[in-house]
Amino acid sequence: MDNRPDQAAPELAVQVIGLHKWYGEFHALRDINVTVTRGERIVICGPSGGGKSTLLRCINRLEDWQQGRIIVDGIELTDDPKQITAVRRDVGMVFQQFNLFPHLTVLENCTLAPIRVRHMPKKDAEELAMRFLTRVKIPEQAQKYPSRLSGGQQQRVAIARALCMNPKIMLFDEPTSALDPEMVKEVLDTMVGLASDGITMLVVSHEMGFARQVADRIIFMDDGQIVEIDEPKSFFENPQHERAKLFLQQVLR
Amino acid sequence: MATDSKSFLRAAPAEPLPPPVARSGIIGWLRENLFSSPFNIALTLICAAFLAWIVPPLLRFFVFDAIWSADSREACLASPDNPDPGACWAFIRVWFSYFVYGFYPQAQRWRVDIFFAALAFGIVWLAWLHAPRRDTGAVYFFIVLPILSYVLLSGVPMVGLASVPSTLWGGILVTIVVATVGIVVSLPLGILLALGRRSDIPVVKFFSTAFIEFVRGVPLITVLFMASVMLPLFVPERFAPEKLLRALIGVAMFASAYMAEVVRGGLASVPRGQYEAAQALGLPFWRMMALVILPQALRVTLPNIVNTFIALFKDTSLVFIVGIFDFLRTIEAARVDPHWATPNTSVTGYAFAAAFYFICCYGMSRYARNVEARLARAHRR
Repeated sequence: MDNRPDQAAPELAVQVIGLHKWYGEFHALRDINVTVTRGERIVICGPSGGGKSTLLRCINRLEDWQQGRIIVDGIELTDDPKQITAVRRDVGMVFQQFNLFPHLTVLENCTLAPIRVRHMPKKDAEELAMRFLTRVKIPEQAQKYPSRLSGGQQQRVAIARALCMNPKIMLFDEPTSALDPEMVKEVLDTMVGLASDGITMLVVSHEMGFARQVADRIIFMDDGQIVEIDEPKSFFENPQHERAKLFLQQVLR
Repeated sequence: MATDSKSFLRAAPAEPLPPPVARSGIIGWLRENLFSSPFNIALTLICAAFLAWIVPPLLRFFVFDAIWSADSREACLASPDNPDPGACWAFIRVWFSYFVYGFYPQAQRWRVDIFFAALAFGIVWLAWLHAPRRDTGAVYFFIVLPILSYVLLSGVPMVGLASVPSTLWGGILVTIVVATVGIVVSLPLGILLALGRRSDIPVVKFFSTAFIEFVRGVPLITVLFMASVMLPLFVPERFAPEKLLRALIGVAMFASAYMAEVVRGGLASVPRGQYEAAQALGLPFWRMMALVILPQALRVTLPNIVNTFIALFKDTSLVFIVGIFDFLRTIEAARVDPHWATPNTSVTGYAFAAAFYFICCYGMSRYARNVEARLARAHRR
């Protein structure tokens, strides 16, 4: 942990201060300021290309930025690889395309990081992995290769894999967007179960039903800016900003 | 019937039936693959005619009329009771130990035999996928075996093994040593060069790229010449590497440069999401490469890697240019022996060389196909 004078209080999971990001000439993120307290569930929504995924990926430094600061769990994200790796160990991420390792079985996918990063003994790691695979309701798939599983099952493995590192914060980047409709529910149910455990969650998603059910706050982004932050009730019933109103009209047909 | 009513409800399940005889089994295979269309039939007949034209004379020359053992050239020459002799295998049998050992002293050849056995053991241990303790096998193959080989082949007088300078080595011994060193060194070095070429650090990237482009832009013969002539200039007189070692370094550098490009192709084919998932789990760079990226990259380019190995195996014959007697060179030296001069000696010699290279290269190719098939089974949807 670093000892900077403005070190975040332990209750703040994520602090984003004055963040700007450019892709060449294109201004992808404009003056983002957000704080997330521990245990909070945030859903980020908005039209495509609005910068939602980009912001999420900045939080575990999969994207870098040109201006501004991000502090995750008290550690400031800079160019220092040690800081970055330390943050990534405590932040789990679930991707739209699952990104499971195809050359490893489901169980090996889940135990890879605990064994190789946390240096857990193999037996303990496998017990841990089986516990989480049971949690996401697919313990019987442990010895299969990811290509044998359906999309919904693969995404649940991805969630279990991220959970095996005991992260303090979970990031979800459009987790159900690549799934067939009949599998969306099983993944969302898993995420609802996680939410009730008290883990800090940041979810980029178009699933408004999930947002209404689970979110503490909804962040609406468009054109690289945060346009509105609201509690779900007031966001859905009475959106303030014009663009938020337009978006909800299109999404909630 | 389903075709003339709007709705349909199946009453009983349709039981599976065996396929019709004329379309399955051998007859079915023949019909589908050899006789399926007029064009196909014509091709089949042309190929059959071609084989009938080529194969009998080859069999006659190399098998039926060949001389399998004799004391001297007379038996292999045309004579009244043997007007058209075939291949002179007797010549190969007489010269065989020269083809295998070169000028390695007769009394010390048992050391070469032990080396061959140890190498074969190491290869089988690593190649057999269900072998026990393959990580120990890797230690044996990459650390113990090189030291053991050096001690056995070069000799260390202190241990009671007389020193045998590499100028006396020749034949299959030299080909195997050069090919094995080239193959074993080129894969890890090629991986490092490929990673260096993709690196974000400018110095590493520049030197990796420069090395690869320079070595690839120059023929192997030139690389061998340069290694042979230039290496002694860089190193003080006492440590000047001997001829074979210089050739080994040249071959290793050459093979590494090609392997680097093969590996780079594989690395590029691994989706970005794999890098991101590994990073998101907190894996640092080298662990990510070793556990997630390289296994996938190498799997994808395995055919290309084996291709490079096979080409390297045959390229070893170029070391003759720096005065080293590899297997092909020994065939060259033997076929001009006046003791065995016959019209068929050269053909026999080259046929034997071709058979040796074919067996080794095809062996590698078949093994690679098995590995590919096994890996593909894991990925199949």
